[in-house]
Amino acid sequence: MKHITVRYFAVFREHAGTGEEALELEANTALDVFEATRSRHGSQEPNGHCKVAINDQMANWDSPVNDGDTVLLFPPVAGG
Amino acid sequence: MMGTPYCCSRRSRVVELIEVSATPIDTAALKRSLANPAAGGFCEFEGWVRNENEGHEVERLEYEAYAPLVIVEGEKVLAEAQERFPFLAARCVHRVGLLEIGECAVWIGVASKHRDEAFKACRFIIDEIKLRLPIWKKEHYANGDSGWVNCERCAGRGIADKIAD
Repeated sequence: MKHITVRYFAVFREHAGTGEEALELEANTALDVFEATRSRHGSQEPNGHCKVAINDQMANWDSPVNDGDTVLLFPPVAGG
Repeated sequence: MMGTPYCCSRRSRVVELIEVSATPIDTAALKRSLANPAAGGFCEFEGWVRNENEGHEVERLEYEAYAPLVIVEGEKVLAEAQERFPFLAARCVHRVGLLEIGECAVWIGVASKHRDEAFKACRFIIDEIKLRLPIWKKEHYANGDSGWVNCERCAGRGIADKIAD
């Protein structure tokens, strides 16, 4: 199990009811973290148009996560 | 990032500056800051809050941004624009917080030696910002509902088409 801090933004924060939570997860990749939080909070959003960052660096869905990482989950962006 | 009044970064060689602002954008001051005797062209783009989206009457918009990565990704966008369309200076400011109809949500200005670079860089920057920067927009409707753009209301629709709008 890895200790992962997950940060949620915009609609993900509303679904989660919190901006941040500490989770113990069997996760190897950013996608594993996303899927775990999706089932945890009942979100329907697929990962395809979402983005992810690890420890404040933009990452990919197959980027590895390590014990103690902070994973930031970004729903589809809509700036401008 | 509401409550964060100002956040920016500065690159050294050419002026490339991206900022997130919780207060109204002073477009005139920004434009003045790009004045350059070597510039023969200046192009600016303003994104305004519109009163309607896809048949829904919109009363106001709420922007949320993750400023640390808006700055990092925004710097990359400006650097890429500079590489493709060499300009003298460019700045971009994006608002966060609650915005009323008609307010300026995003401002981009590019000064260049000739007009072509200014036009093209300006277009490139706004297009990439919309696709890449961690910024989200919640619409508050006249009927009291609200919704995050590109999220809930896209259920069952082609989300890629919507993002490409």
